[in-house]
Amino acid sequence: MTDKNQTTLDAVEAVIAGLAGAGYIASRQIGTALFLARHLVKPILVEGPAGVGKTELAKAAAAYLALPLIRMQCYEGLDEAKALYEWKYGKQLLYTQILKDKLGQSLRETDGLDAALARLQGFGDLFFSEQFLEARPLLRALQAPAGAVLLVDEVDKSDQEFEAFLLEILSDYQVTIPEIGTIAAQVPPLVILTSNNARNLGDALKRRCLHLHIGFPDAKLEERIVAVRVPDAAPRLRRQLVDFVQRLRGIELKKLPSVSETIDWARVLVLLHASQLEPDLVQETLNVLLKYEEDVAAVSLQVPALTYQVRQRFEPAE
Amino acid sequence: MSEPLLRFLQAARGAGLRISVAEGLDAVKALALVGYDDRALLKDTLALVMAKSAEEKARFDAVFELFFTRQAIAVPATADRAQNPPPDASAEPAMPLAAGSDAAAGAASPLGRMIAASDAAALAAALEIAGEAVGIANIRFFTQAGLYGRRILEQMGLLELEEDIRALGAAGDGEAAAALLRGRQEVERAVRAFVERQLALYAEGEAERLRDEYLQAAAITSLDRRDLDRMRKIVRALAKRLATKHTRVRRRHRRGHLDVRRMLRRSMAYDGILFQTHWKQKKIDRPKVVALCDVSGSVAAVTEFLLLFLYGLSEVLHDTRTYVFCNRMAEVSDILERHSFAEAFATITRDFAFGSSNYGSALDDFRRDGLDAIDSKTTVLILGDARGNNTAPRSDIIKSLSERAKRVIWLNPEFKSSWGTGDSDMPRYRPYCHLATVCNSVKHLETVVNDLLER
Repeated sequence: MTDKNQTTLDAVEAVIAGLAGAGYIASRQIGTALFLARHLVKPILVEGPAGVGKTELAKAAAAYLALPLIRMQCYEGLDEAKALYEWKYGKQLLYTQILKDKLGQSLRETDGLDAALARLQGFGDLFFSEQFLEARPLLRALQAPAGAVLLVDEVDKSDQEFEAFLLEILSDYQVTIPEIGTIAAQVPPLVILTSNNARNLGDALKRRCLHLHIGFPDAKLEERIVAVRVPDAAPRLRRQLVDFVQRLRGIELKKLPSVSETIDWARVLVLLHASQLEPDLVQETLNVLLKYEEDVAAVSLQVPALTYQVRQRFEPAE
Repeated sequence: MSEPLLRFLQAARGAGLRISVAEGLDAVKALALVGYDDRALLKDTLALVMAKSAEEKARFDAVFELFFTRQAIAVPATADRAQNPPPDASAEPAMPLAAGSDAAAGAASPLGRMIAASDAAALAAALEIAGEAVGIANIRFFTQAGLYGRRILEQMGLLELEEDIRALGAAGDGEAAAALLRGRQEVERAVRAFVERQLALYAEGEAERLRDEYLQAAAITSLDRRDLDRMRKIVRALAKRLATKHTRVRRRHRRGHLDVRRMLRRSMAYDGILFQTHWKQKKIDRPKVVALCDVSGSVAAVTEFLLLFLYGLSEVLHDTRTYVFCNRMAEVSDILERHSFAEAFATITRDFAFGSSNYGSALDDFRRDGLDAIDSKTTVLILGDARGNNTAPRSDIIKSLSERAKRVIWLNPEFKSSWGTGDSDMPRYRPYCHLATVCNSVKHLETVVNDLLER
């Protein structure tokens, strides 16, 4: 038992290390989720505020597992034809036009209507075969020979009907195409769904998934993330800017700055050759962090105090 | 399925997590993979499988901590075993007793031996086993705590222990008897704590459900002060539930009705051959709600809940505009949107509330400022008792409202029998409302708003 447990722990650590190799610093929970998803063959539903790296997780997982990433962006009005498959109407039409003579010829040789019909049936479902099937993301993910990472992005933006339609794929990894039959995945893809909670997802969908909630990272994790994503930022600047952002999250704002904003800000500060936070500099670059006029107005009054606190914390001697 | 997991599932369901059988099976599979050894890993794993929203995660954390926390029993170590103290340092340190080494020999019962040997782990295990044997998971009310505690003690062998103590006392070994007695007290304390934890684990959800049910049906005006907090939570949950339910379906296909125009347009790409069908769609709009809320003195008791409800509604429905009035109408959508409810409520009561109402002038204000925003998709929600202190009711404004809006709904906290008595103008407004109804409990509120959003 203990041995097995140790290997499990190692496996989770290996997943975290693998994700780190793909440039994604994962918490233990994220590592566990990915590990379980692979071993239980279950989709992961990732929720959390915008910009904490939900989509990134799928990309990193694909890089780590060396599988192709198939991405499906959900939106209102998304339907089967755009998500699963569609017939190549144009090609079908073109082929019937080109083969018209050929068909006519071979039919002419037959005598009687029954014989012609029999021959026509002999052609089989020529025009409704996989040749004329335009595979969309979901079908492509099922057909990927070595498996794939299927990212169903912002599933909360799609309609309820589409959500129900996803259920068959999520639980059995198969889809039914009326003209052809049921197509099952050779290798079940790793499915990652993301949601911003624009609406509550149905219980049926949630039940089939592992539910991972990614919140804002703590200072230590965020520092590591910035270190990996913006390697040019000097350690002192990195500590200060992460601490500043962490303090901002304590203030009541319309939209709290997320990890992606921290990274953007770090890039901006590096571009401006900043070696540490200065009140003026922060003031001028505040719009990178905050996306609402009111938020900027609310924070700019506090910028000198916040900057001072941050600098005091790391350089008490100054 | 392993017993601890089964009981944990029960506890988690008791705490309000909705865990289906399928999810339970997933938990079993996941546990077969990760085992019980690593606490953090176990917690992460179960959280992934069982808790499926941010709120559920928070509840899950609480239950997990409660369920998998065990306090070791601090048995008084006997003197000759003082070099071998109980392993748990967090428990209050027990005073080492100067007891004869024959205490262990003198104690014949298993419980007595465990105490004499200060074997905390064995005691804790015995406590768990006894708890399971008496079915502690069935505990529902705090009045049962004493009973269950007693049963557990008996199951652990309290009677035999008492025999021992008596025998030792009779044999003249007072010190050993005293040591056992102290041990017994410790065990009793541990059992009490254990039962309390189990009560919190298994019974809290049940008790809360009962209270919630009662509160939902109770008239808002007759509520106790102490129930207000709970009520707030319920109202909020209600607003959220309704909004989720009704924002979900926004477009419905009408199978069977071809949209010929669109189909022709689409087929242009295929040389005019009709290839793709296009069906007519019925768009379901997000409800647009304009709410007018009376905040005058006569409805003071219910104002908070009405506002709370509107607050919850505006959080989830984006097109909600809220006005409050006594004798003047003022828009407070902005206040509700920007502040937490406590702040918003304080601001509104400070600036607008508890005057004497004048529906006529308030409605006139609204006609001037807000009428333009009302179109055929808007639902107007009026919350108030229609008591205008004998001022002009201006029901003509309600009439024009009702002509412009999709629906006008009047929610009145008074019972129907008092509509029209005294200064109540309800009968004058009523003909122009699509729905005029009593609304003084959360149940009412739910039914009405459900109706309203269903169109």
